[in-house]
Amino acid sequence: MPQIIDRRLNGKNKSAVNRQRFIRRFREQIKRAVAGTISQRSIIDIESGEKINIPARDINEPRFRHGKGGERETVLPGNDAYIAGDRIKRPNEGDGGGGGASRDGEGTDDFVFTLTREEFMEFFFDDLALPNLIKTQLATNVEHKLVRAGYSRDGIPANINVVRSLREALSRRIALRASYDRRLREAESELSAVSTQQSDEEENPSTEDNVRALSARVQSLRRGRQTIPFIDTLDLRYNNRIRQPRPTTRAVMFCLMDVSGSMDESRKDIAKRFFILLYLFLKRNYEHTEVVFIRHHTAAKEVEEEEFFRSRETGGTVVSSALELMQSIITKRYASSDWNIYAAQASDGDNWNDDSPHCRKLLTDAIMPRLQYYAYVEIKPDEHQSLWREYQQVAAQYRNFATQRIDGLTDIYPVFHRLFRKKAAA
Amino acid sequence: MNAPATTVRTPISHGSEWTFELIERYEREIAHIAASFGLDTYPNQIEVISAEQMMDAYSSVGMPIGYHHWSYGKQFLGVEQRYRRGHMGLAYEIVINSNPCIAYLMEENTMMMQALVIAHASYGHNSFFKGNYLFRTWTSADAIIDYLLFARNYIAGCERRHGEEAVELMLDSCHALMNYGVDRYKRPSPLSAREERQRQHEREERLQMQINDLWRTIPQFTLPEEARTTSRYPVEPQENLLYFIEKNAPLLRPWQREIVRIVRKLAQYFYPQRQTQVMNEGWATFWHYTIINRMFDEGLVDDAFMLEFMHSHTNVIYQPPYSSAHYNGINPYTLGFAMMSDIRRICEQPSAEDERWFPNIAGSSWQRTLDFAMRNFKDESFIAQYLSPKVMRDLKLFAVLDDDRSRKLEVTAIHDDAGYRQVRRALADHYNLGSNEPDIQVYDVNREGDRSLTLRHTQHRRRPLHGDVNEVLRHVARLWGFTVRLETVDGDGRALQSYSCDAPPRGQSS
Repeated sequence: MPQIIDRRLNGKNKSAVNRQRFIRRFREQIKRAVAGTISQRSIIDIESGEKINIPARDINEPRFRHGKGGERETVLPGNDAYIAGDRIKRPNEGDGGGGGASRDGEGTDDFVFTLTREEFMEFFFDDLALPNLIKTQLATNVEHKLVRAGYSRDGIPANINVVRSLREALSRRIALRASYDRRLREAESELSAVSTQQSDEEENPSTEDNVRALSARVQSLRRGRQTIPFIDTLDLRYNNRIRQPRPTTRAVMFCLMDVSGSMDESRKDIAKRFFILLYLFLKRNYEHTEVVFIRHHTAAKEVEEEEFFRSRETGGTVVSSALELMQSIITKRYASSDWNIYAAQASDGDNWNDDSPHCRKLLTDAIMPRLQYYAYVEIKPDEHQSLWREYQQVAAQYRNFATQRIDGLTDIYPVFHRLFRKKAAA
Repeated sequence: MNAPATTVRTPISHGSEWTFELIERYEREIAHIAASFGLDTYPNQIEVISAEQMMDAYSSVGMPIGYHHWSYGKQFLGVEQRYRRGHMGLAYEIVINSNPCIAYLMEENTMMMQALVIAHASYGHNSFFKGNYLFRTWTSADAIIDYLLFARNYIAGCERRHGEEAVELMLDSCHALMNYGVDRYKRPSPLSAREERQRQHEREERLQMQINDLWRTIPQFTLPEEARTTSRYPVEPQENLLYFIEKNAPLLRPWQREIVRIVRKLAQYFYPQRQTQVMNEGWATFWHYTIINRMFDEGLVDDAFMLEFMHSHTNVIYQPPYSSAHYNGINPYTLGFAMMSDIRRICEQPSAEDERWFPNIAGSSWQRTLDFAMRNFKDESFIAQYLSPKVMRDLKLFAVLDDDRSRKLEVTAIHDDAGYRQVRRALADHYNLGSNEPDIQVYDVNREGDRSLTLRHTQHRRRPLHGDVNEVLRHVARLWGFTVRLETVDGDGRALQSYSCDAPPRGQSS
């Protein structure tokens, strides 16, 4: 007799260890692929798994095999055109004409697989030198809180809702008694009819029997009516609680970037990671996060993300133009107090000298009072210029204004240090 | 088909839903029919698993218990990716050559599929595992699960003691030589996990002593040149590279030798499967086809079941022609099923041609003939023996010679009277592992000099080695611990090309 076993409930991640080993072994290749995708991906959907391509030859497992050449006789099915002695032009590689040839050919196909969201984030954080606490804070899903959501039919005893349960019991009792009551009424009226009749007439054995039967019936119906339980398990109702994401407020994030000629690709890449990090932080803490991209050279413009990272302009730099635009957008679209406003600015430090004091004034007077946090990074500047000095003054005045000079990816995190510390402590 | 053996009964079930009770009832009927055909099987163990679990099983070459290695992770990621994107359906079944014979059913399958898989795996493959001489000789179904468990625990223990990385390097190198870890002719001693464990400790100690002994022979005097060449070590070339390394590599630690041994044992366990793909699948497909048809004749399954069955069966045995974009070699299911069915036809309704080609089996009992074929052949000899002109015509087989000296390919034979024998010979050669894999053997160890190991590749029909060879030599050098050379010689022993690889610095190999 065979054994039939249900194994569906056994663990299904038997391969998890092997998967981790694979990822660990090809860390470098995967990291390169991740870096490639970060530059292509939109900030907003940074958090999803990612298809990773690794050149197949990098992960090849070598074996002794035959290479091309020599004599090889293959047998093929489906002959539709040839007779013995025919000579055929050598088909191109991969046409399958040579049987095993395509397998032996230099397959340069990429090995493609999908990183999970967690794995992807780990690779993303890898370069940024984030403290572990922050990593987990950013990578884990939003915290939940339990809220009431009606009643359910099952639950734990502690959650029994007494009022509801008794109400259910009552209605059940009413419903179940109804038929007994009806039949009881009928039997009783019949009984009284018969007994009045009996008193009128003389002793009649048949009526006497009838009376006895009817009163027995009334008795049994009364008993039946009493056996309806006062409360039954199916009456029980429990308070139902569901998990809801905790953040309940809204945030908007302004990305400001200098797109003058001196911002090259590597600087933009750093800037992008800087923006991503802030975005991730906001997404954790607010239910709804919007992002506004403002790029500027001598004039500022609100753009889509695509254009924000791609385009490059020449000419001078006037930072205040971007700040003014941001201010007007805030007034127009995010004026109400339930918007938490964050701003991140990336630049290489160039600014038209006379403009810098104006920037400081704009920030201190108009913008900073409305902002939660302002992070400014100078990416690989040749030397600090007037803008940096003016910003240092703003930073002295506002604790939520952070500046940082960035030479490499590991410098990004300190900009957010205070931001994260505040939240981490909370 | 035979006339229904019993009176027509009512179908076991309708519709595609399955339950455990239904599986049991189908299994009972299938077992009954299989027994009436005389199939001899190990007891069955049928396990129902989910698609994810199937992917897990898939990526560990079907072993229910495997040690950890990144290459299985790679396999898993590849399978997962293709499955998720719908490029590939999962195999309907995996069956393990063990006693009891374990077959996996996927929970997503319909009732028809479950019945098909039971007939195919639990009775087809199972009887093949029990009957075929290669499996009987080379694998011991009773011990494999225990041995796998032993292997996994042992390797996990090594990882704890010596670090995951050292073990991984070791496994990488062994895997690279896995196909050369097989005794092709000598019968191995049967596996037994208990004895393995018992002996393993002694073996560690003793081996280390023996190896040291081998190298203790300090040369007292310089041998004359001729004398040295005659005393080659090993005296005869050795085909089992891993075995040679396990026994003779000078620097391996005992645990490393044990890992070499584990990989070698597993290679040996899978060796019969690689040699009987066509027969094994053909046999299983033939029996699921025959058994399910008998069930239909007996009225145990309804028309809807049968239509769905025919649909799956046809998909399984579909052979795209060579010119199709889907062509990916000869489908072993097609070839195997065609040949098995054809043998039955030759026995039952021989034509004049069959009388000429197969005088011994034409008109004999088909069950006995098939059973004999299943027991005593492997793919190569099975095709050489039983491939009939009719099957060649049906599949329109033709042979093409690809010779790099000529500018064009040449059609050497097709499915006609002049070509049958040649097509058959060429196809049989297809399945000859000996000519598919480069012939590489241990040729010499320089015992008195630099301790280098020399491998010899004898060319088959002038086919050169693939460019991977240098990579593989690196792995051999890591195992051997000293310089490794590989020389390619032609059929007459003339050297054509040589490769060499120096040993990695000491620290890495241990």
